Amino acid sequence: MTSAIALNGVRKDFGTFTALSNVSFDIKDNEFFTLLGPSGCGKTTLLRLIAGFEDTTAGTIHLYGEEIENLPPNKRPVNTVFQNYALFPHMNVAENIGFALKMLGWPKADITLRVAEMVEMVQLGQFVHRKPSQLSGGQQQRVALARAMAPKPKVLLLDEPLSALDLKLRQEMRTELKRLQRETGITFIFVTHDQEEALSMSDRIAVMSSGAVQQIGSPNQIYENPANRFVADFIGETNLIASRVDTADGMNVVCSLADGEVLTALANSPLGPGATGVVSIRPESLTVTKTAPKGESLRGTLGDAVYFGTDTQYTVLLAQELTLKVRMQNQFIASQALAKGDPVFVSIADGAARFLVD
Amino acid sequence: MAAGTGSGRTVSATFSPVRGWLLLPSWLVIGIFLLVPVLLMLVYSFLTKEFRGGVIWEFSLAAYDQFVFDRGLFGDDPPTIEWAYITIFVRSILQALGATVLCLLIGFPTAYFIATRPANTRAIWLFLVTIPYWVNLLIRTVSMKFLIRDNGPLNEALLAIGVIDAPLQLINTNFAVQLGLFYSYLPFMVLPIYASVERYNFALSEAASDLYAPKWTILRSILLPVVMPGIIAGCILVFVPSLGAFLAPDLLGGAKTFMIGSLIEEQFKGNAGNWPFGAAASMILLSMVLVVLLFYARAQSREQT
Repeated sequence: MTSAIALNGVRKDFGTFTALSNVSFDIKDNEFFTLLGPSGCGKTTLLRLIAGFEDTTAGTIHLYGEEIENLPPNKRPVNTVFQNYALFPHMNVAENIGFALKMLGWPKADITLRVAEMVEMVQLGQFVHRKPSQLSGGQQQRVALARAMAPKPKVLLLDEPLSALDLKLRQEMRTELKRLQRETGITFIFVTHDQEEALSMSDRIAVMSSGAVQQIGSPNQIYENPANRFVADFIGETNLIASRVDTADGMNVVCSLADGEVLTALANSPLGPGATGVVSIRPESLTVTKTAPKGESLRGTLGDAVYFGTDTQYTVLLAQELTLKVRMQNQFIASQALAKGDPVFVSIADGAARFLVD
Repeated sequence: MAAGTGSGRTVSATFSPVRGWLLLPSWLVIGIFLLVPVLLMLVYSFLTKEFRGGVIWEFSLAAYDQFVFDRGLFGDDPPTIEWAYITIFVRSILQALGATVLCLLIGFPTAYFIATRPANTRAIWLFLVTIPYWVNLLIRTVSMKFLIRDNGPLNEALLAIGVIDAPLQLINTNFAVQLGLFYSYLPFMVLPIYASVERYNFALSEAASDLYAPKWTILRSILLPVVMPGIIAGCILVFVPSLGAFLAPDLLGGAKTFMIGSLIEEQFKGNAGNWPFGAAASMILLSMVLVVLLFYARAQSREQT
């Protein structure tokens, strides 16, 4: 099976600024693939290169085995859902959805059928004769989706399509997008800066930063085994503590923190003793107790608590001005009375600590 | 409401006792200098002419009658249609249309070019477009006359590079008048089109291209319809003053290019004129302009629904 999109050494310069440097990876057929990163990381530029709105400075882009980077956008069998939808304001919903089909020279009867099918798919039946300005944000979003999917593209590109919607609608559309992708079998390339969106919808995620791909993997891999400090910090919340390796056994290392405490962690690459880096521990992998638990634990003083409904986030002060964020479900806290200033023990869940070399 | 939250009073509440009076200067200027002259013209057009200019305060339809009917030298022949003035009107409309088309053909690409420059250089381009308009209209029209006359620079240049063998007859033609009008009113076309292209969201063009539209189709079925209000506004702003212009036809045209503006001007110049007839011609011109504007307003309101 050839991959849907194959990027090879793709580079893009804008004047003296390098937006993308040497990006190479494959996107599989039928995959929900997400480009995730902070603004300015090059994710939108990459999408625009695939769509054909920008020319590559170097490298090749293949679409199902065919080289496409010299084709203009109107010759590429990919379609885009734009960030602010870019619906044609002078056309009604049906005309917007049918536009590409008209351009492709479909017979009128077929266009009517396909538009009806798409309108059905995004549940906009009673709005077909409305202009975009007469629709709500969520409805415009659906029109943009239907318009891009009408010509049955091989790959659908989505440029932060949910960023203009309010929270509740955004959550609904996530489920909706995932459903559409599964039902149509179209390869989705989804650009977002919202990690929750990326984790909840994607088959695979490429985390990007400063024009380069930092890690590609399933949501689980990226969250549980971040490749480097950037990924660990960007995806979810984490505690990053400077540390140095004492002894190493393959990927398993024993390292010491600045305050002299020692803990075991899983490294992101095989290391020898003396290597420096950070230990990353997710707040939800930590537990605070008043009595010393069995196994490894760190001593500290309880700081502020922030209540979040289902759980509570504590700040624990260790020696040497180190602080840890700890997130615990409230049903497990109820049994012990924790007060600010109490001496406490922080234990780490088995295998939860990651050592990320600098 | 947000504006007044600090003091507990809104801005509109602060000004409400005097709000009516603040608009008074505007009402006075519009009333005295705009409505009164038009009403005066309307009244004059229904009065009897005084032979040395001026009017006799006696109701008469003679001015309108003279415009449409020919009743012979002494006014007692059976009426036949008088084509002279109707011809002048039709010619004026055609000349104004010609000038509008010229302005659109040159003005649209100009406006598009300016609107697609980097934001910090657009003001310079706009300034360049308006520079000639710091010179008096009369001077500009006269210089146009020198430019295009038989042995003027334009013909000399064309002869020199061998495009033509004999000088082109440009002066005193309809085209010369259209050229003069075009030169007089080009910014009125460029500025509104610039304003609408500048607001145009170029993501729409990208979207159309993404949806398989070739370049010309994007121009025809996306860009043009979306910026159409600017184009229509520009066309009206050029067409309306062109219709009543008299400088360009007088200076650049010959006897065969006589336009309404000149006809009206003649009725009020010196003491050979016919004020009620001039007023009637003005009223007919005004009605035609109103028809054009109504047409525009209807098109606009249809766009809104």
